[in-house]
Amino acid sequence: MPGPSRRRRPRTTLTRGAGLGLGLATLWFSLLVLLPLAAVVATAASGGVRQYLSVLTDDQTWAAISLTVAQAALVTVINIVLGTVIAWVLVRDRFWGRSLLNVIIDVPFALPTVVAGLVLLTLYGPNSPMGLHFAFTRIAVWLALAFVTLPFVVRSVQPVLEELDVDVEEAAASLGASGRTIVTRIILPSLAPAITSGAALSFARAISEYGSLVLLSGNRPFRTEVVSVRVLSFIENGSNAQAAAVASVMLAVALIVIIALDVVQRVAARRG
Amino acid sequence: MVRTSTPTRWVLRLLAVGYLLFLVVLPLVMLIARTFDGGTANLIDTLTDPEVLSGLRLTVIVALWAVAINLVFGVTISILLVRYEFPGKRLLSALVDLPLSVSPVVVGLALVLVYNGRNGWFGPFLEEHGLQVIFNSPGMIMATAFVALPLVIREVVPTLTEVGEDQEQAARSLGANWVQTLWRITLPSIKWAVVYGVVLSLARSVGEFGAVKVVSGSITGRTQTATLVVEAKYQGFEQPAAYAVAFLLVMVSIACLVVVALVRPRER
Repeated sequence: MPGPSRRRRPRTTLTRGAGLGLGLATLWFSLLVLLPLAAVVATAASGGVRQYLSVLTDDQTWAAISLTVAQAALVTVINIVLGTVIAWVLVRDRFWGRSLLNVIIDVPFALPTVVAGLVLLTLYGPNSPMGLHFAFTRIAVWLALAFVTLPFVVRSVQPVLEELDVDVEEAAASLGASGRTIVTRIILPSLAPAITSGAALSFARAISEYGSLVLLSGNRPFRTEVVSVRVLSFIENGSNAQAAAVASVMLAVALIVIIALDVVQRVAARRG
Repeated sequence: MVRTSTPTRWVLRLLAVGYLLFLVVLPLVMLIARTFDGGTANLIDTLTDPEVLSGLRLTVIVALWAVAINLVFGVTISILLVRYEFPGKRLLSALVDLPLSVSPVVVGLALVLVYNGRNGWFGPFLEEHGLQVIFNSPGMIMATAFVALPLVIREVVPTLTEVGEDQEQAARSLGANWVQTLWRITLPSIKWAVVYGVVLSLARSVGEFGAVKVVSGSITGRTQTATLVVEAKYQGFEQPAAYAVAFLLVMVSIACLVVVALVRPRER
């Protein structure tokens, strides 16, 4: 939306009907999303700073947090590399089955998370036909996170790569630039904002993932227990305050990612 | 266009295809193989299991309610965000995206904290008036509506921005009231975006697991949706039944993907 034209308009253009619609929509949104999320923060804060910190520095919780962050970071790095490669292959390469590949990318988005975990178990669990028994190990955690975050980088890089101006590459080539120079100096810099936003989304998703890990990771404390599983076990023990304390950290991460994405998009938009 | 040498091209191609093969395709094929291990008997047995049937029924009910709510809410919010100016608009537009990045478990916890009947903010009051939210279908519908909330909005807002308001203004200047303008001009112009958003919401709603698990308590035969049945069956050493229900859910997701693939080109 262009800034100047907005400033000239009046502060509100709501008619009476639209105002009523806005009121009802905001009410529902508050009851469904805002108040419950506020309740998480309020419950986390209700025990005071000391209790809050003692929950977060508990050995088992800390192990879960560091495992989740480490695995999410690893998965994100792999997504940055392979996601960009996959997007490149989908846009610039031509071979039989390419359009099928394009559909397969969306499968992790469409599949229920618990089914994703079960599907991975058939190949990488007990009675694996390839003898690859990764269930209940950290490799299983990585597999589940890689599966559910697969589409993010691919789907954010692909459209940018499609729109990329080929003339610039031709010009560079005609001036004697090598393929490697064109890739590192022209293509990758223009893909950087898309790769960053895809990476941020995939990191956020990996941090918050639960369903695909339930069957696959075995949820062993200190070994394969991730943050969301830790929150769930607090809830099941009736310790909502502890659950809320850990959950508030996850909310903060989600918020940071949203703000970072907004900044990246605005910087990219300004550069044109 | 940069020319990649033949070896480089093959390396990239094999890398992409191999990764997808081992991460997505082969596991999916294995699931189908395990489901039909010994013919269709497993699938038929599973489909006559009352626990599975009640799970499937509950999934349909919860998903339809959540999609209907998000459809009405999503279209309303989208029209407000694109066509009107009001204080707090930017904040609202940022906040509606929030549910996509919140962990399902946190979503469940958040709803439990407000709506549980023991010490929730509103729960005791609602239960006194005969409405149990947590461990009951209203809570499951809310949890599902929460996680799928932005999907309709994210599809409708760009389309609504793109079509502009010239036609709506023309209709109004010719004397159409707001109902006629909405019904004859605005809604037809965003039809495909709405369909796309609804299909995405449906896929997300059918597949929701974590948030629903927290608010439903996963009570066998009563508050277990299909995804919760998959978990319960697998952990109850009824793996073939878990594979069969998972297979049905895979079919639903693939149907959604096919519909999306058919709808997409029409939009352009």
